[in-house]
Amino acid sequence: MRYSRKLAGALYAAPVAVFVLVFFVAPLLLVGRMSASDWPLLAGDLGINMPDNYAGIADNPLFWPAVGFTLKYTGIVVVLLIGLSLLLALIVADRRKGTGFFRTAYFLPTTLGLASASLLFFGFYSPAIGPLDPLLEALGADPVSWLGTPTAALWSTVVLIVWKFAGFFMIILLVGLQSIPPDVYEAARLDGANRWQSFRHVTVPLLRPALGLVLILSVTGSLLAFDQFFILTKGGPDNSTVTVVQLIYREAFQRFDLGAAAAISVVVLAALVVINIGQLRALRKDHQ
Amino acid sequence: MSTKLWSTSYYVLAGGLAVLFLFPLIWTGYASVAPAGATNQQDGFGFGNYASLLDYDAGLGRYLWNSTYVSVLTVAFTLALSVLGGYAFARFTFRGKDTLFIVTLAILMVPYSTLLIPLYSMLGDLGLRNTLTGLALVLTLYQLPFAVFMMRISFEAVPKEIEESAMCDGAGTFGVLTRIMLFAVWPGLITVGLFSFLAAWNDFIAPLILVSEADKAVLPVAIANLRQQSMGAIDFGATQAGVVVMALPCLVLFALLQRHYVRGFMSGAIKG
Repeated sequence: MRYSRKLAGALYAAPVAVFVLVFFVAPLLLVGRMSASDWPLLAGDLGINMPDNYAGIADNPLFWPAVGFTLKYTGIVVVLLIGLSLLLALIVADRRKGTGFFRTAYFLPTTLGLASASLLFFGFYSPAIGPLDPLLEALGADPVSWLGTPTAALWSTVVLIVWKFAGFFMIILLVGLQSIPPDVYEAARLDGANRWQSFRHVTVPLLRPALGLVLILSVTGSLLAFDQFFILTKGGPDNSTVTVVQLIYREAFQRFDLGAAAAISVVVLAALVVINIGQLRALRKDHQ
Repeated sequence: MSTKLWSTSYYVLAGGLAVLFLFPLIWTGYASVAPAGATNQQDGFGFGNYASLLDYDAGLGRYLWNSTYVSVLTVAFTLALSVLGGYAFARFTFRGKDTLFIVTLAILMVPYSTLLIPLYSMLGDLGLRNTLTGLALVLTLYQLPFAVFMMRISFEAVPKEIEESAMCDGAGTFGVLTRIMLFAVWPGLITVGLFSFLAAWNDFIAPLILVSEADKAVLPVAIANLRQQSMGAIDFGATQAGVVVMALPCLVLFALLQRHYVRGFMSGAIKG
């Protein structure tokens, strides 16, 4: 009756293995093949056309603007998110009256889905029912077109994203803060360090692993931005807020060219792997 | 700086930020029932916007059902795969173990959009495109790295003695799993279930691409489409009612399972 444990282990792992093979490894190979093929959405595979799809990327008038916009958006979001979530984590780190309430308040937007949050702000920024214009009016200011100009659309989306994710990153940094032993602060205080000095020379270095995780998650998430721009700005005004992933979506499902979409997808994957390896290396070097 | 001044400025800053974070949430609840032009809620406060959601296209009931079905199925797939896989990774040695674990975690490295293009084509070949089951399978894929990792460390944390004594009583490895281990790892099960439910409930791009039939739409896609309805005029009231409908289950789960939220993030921090 007793079969070998090796066989049993392989049997328990088999469903995961089959699933990963079918839904991860196979599509990964297929996207490579699609990127090298003439593959219209409806007609399907029409054979290899290498290197047309890749050559076409550089000719796509939206590609470089989309790359530029995605990088600019990522830079702004990452700086603001790390700054604000660190501030929030420091606010709620020490147990005092009200921190439980503050933690919950900052975290609540995280419980919403990104699409829900984007739809919420779609109304929030609208002149029809949004609360901002009446508020400005009460203060004697003119109404603002929150999504009407490229700059306004970018910053309005940044506000949505920072609102939605700051509480999430706050929790990660909070876990990091709480893992710093109290006697390190005590030692710094005995050495005569003030609040700022002990933050700068004790907290920040010891928080490095948590900050590194926040950096990688926020960079990756922002580079792959889609929902917020698809729902809030639809890439507008004048295609000024088209991100790289939106470009993939447009090539595939509005211009019906799966081959071109696959080629951009492969380039994005390669870029992301390089960026993540670069970030991990930099963090590790810093650490030593 | 005096303690009093420090304490006052602390509460002004913390409280001000709390108002900024809560304001949009409170506003959407208010806007969903408040009277406004070009909505179904013209005079006084009421649930007119929710009523227009009930009648919109295939009806709110249909979209709620679609979203619930996809989310429950995703949770079931994710739990089944990650329990068996986590048990295998934690307690057994077999050929290809390390490779399989690394490949499973590598799913995190590949952007969603990169896989959705070939998956769109593959699901078509498998007869799973435009089906909620196909959608749930794809959503499961993205839960797998976190779920398998979480279940592996959950199983590894169970003391080996418990298992060995059951083995001596003649139980097989499967009996040990179902009769003993599952009860020992239930906090992990809840965390994995919670995260996969929320991810499936809230996902937007996968259903947008993989399911195009209107009566199979899930809530986020249906509410996003709602904006283009009614002859070009956007029904902002119904949109905010939709946001409330989508947010409520998330807020309830958060209130009930707060501890498990943090548990999930903690393991994320460990990974880094």
